[in-house]
Amino acid sequence: MSTRELGCEEVIERLFDYLDRELDAQQAEDIERHLARCRDCFSRTEFERRLRAMVEASGTVKAPPRLHRRIRHLLDQFDSDETDALP
Amino acid sequence: MILASSPTTAPARQPCPPRRGDSGAAMQERGSVHRRQWFGARLEPLMDRLYGTALRLTRHPDDAEDIVAEAVGQAWRRLDTLRDPQRFEAWLFQILTNAFISEWRRRRSHPQEGAEGPDTEALAAEQFTLFQQLHQPFLLWWGSLEEQFFNSVLQEELQAALDALPDPFRLVIVLVEVQGYTYEEVSRLLGIPLGTVRSRLSRARGLLQKSLWRQARDAGVGSGHQGEGGHSP
Repeated sequence: MSTRELGCEEVIERLFDYLDRELDAQQAEDIERHLARCRDCFSRTEFERRLRAMVEASGTVKAPPRLHRRIRHLLDQFDSDETDALP
Repeated sequence: MILASSPTTAPARQPCPPRRGDSGAAMQERGSVHRRQWFGARLEPLMDRLYGTALRLTRHPDDAEDIVAEAVGQAWRRLDTLRDPQRFEAWLFQILTNAFISEWRRRRSHPQEGAEGPDTEALAAEQFTLFQQLHQPFLLWWGSLEEQFFNSVLQEELQAALDALPDPFRLVIVLVEVQGYTYEEVSRLLGIPLGTVRSRLSRARGLLQKSLWRQARDAGVGSGHQGEGGHSP
């Protein structure tokens, strides 16, 4: 595989593809090589990575006790349904 | 918590969910107990993420609870179709996402909830980046506006900013950044072209960052730094 030297503009253009893991291994490696030597692009990448981590964390919220009770009740129903289904 | 009254047998020696009708009624009965244990033990550690994801998708606590319960019920009924137990988590989240999308499509068929086209603000926001507003290359990181921003933004504020995005934009960013789906998967899930996934994602990020920038300025980020007010697009 051949490596390619990328310019800042190209790196920034593909930054979210990189963070979203949409690039193939070679393309990701080309970006990483640029980030290792370009402070500005590295700073931008770290900023977006940190913000992205906050967005990802928003998908974890303590489930309320009412939902736990509801699911427990559902699982109990599964048990009784299975027992009813026995020959 | 959900299994407070249930056995917590680790399923380590039971790599696959026991299937119905393995052999004979006694085996079947034991199988049903194992299935329930196996299912419950894997479900419990995922509850906060299931609920959080459902909340980001639906924006309403009651709807989020309904979607989680619906997904759990469907997963139980279709447990025999899970061929690779290592994929339980991805499989369950896929069921949750599909349950939401079906409901979302059903609701969208009502004309009053069909607003979909990219508005002017979304188009303008596409070019907006928080980093450009905050980055000052000659300041040390810990004294920088970037650090001030991350110190000021609260998870609740970020959730509110996400929830305030118009549906088409909110869904793609939640599916990609919260759930980790590829663009191709989002294209299939929502039934939209790949290019539309990319453009909506770009606009969603722009709108989200613009909204966070407004919040940060209200919280005083950047006050006292020269020139920050001049960057607004």
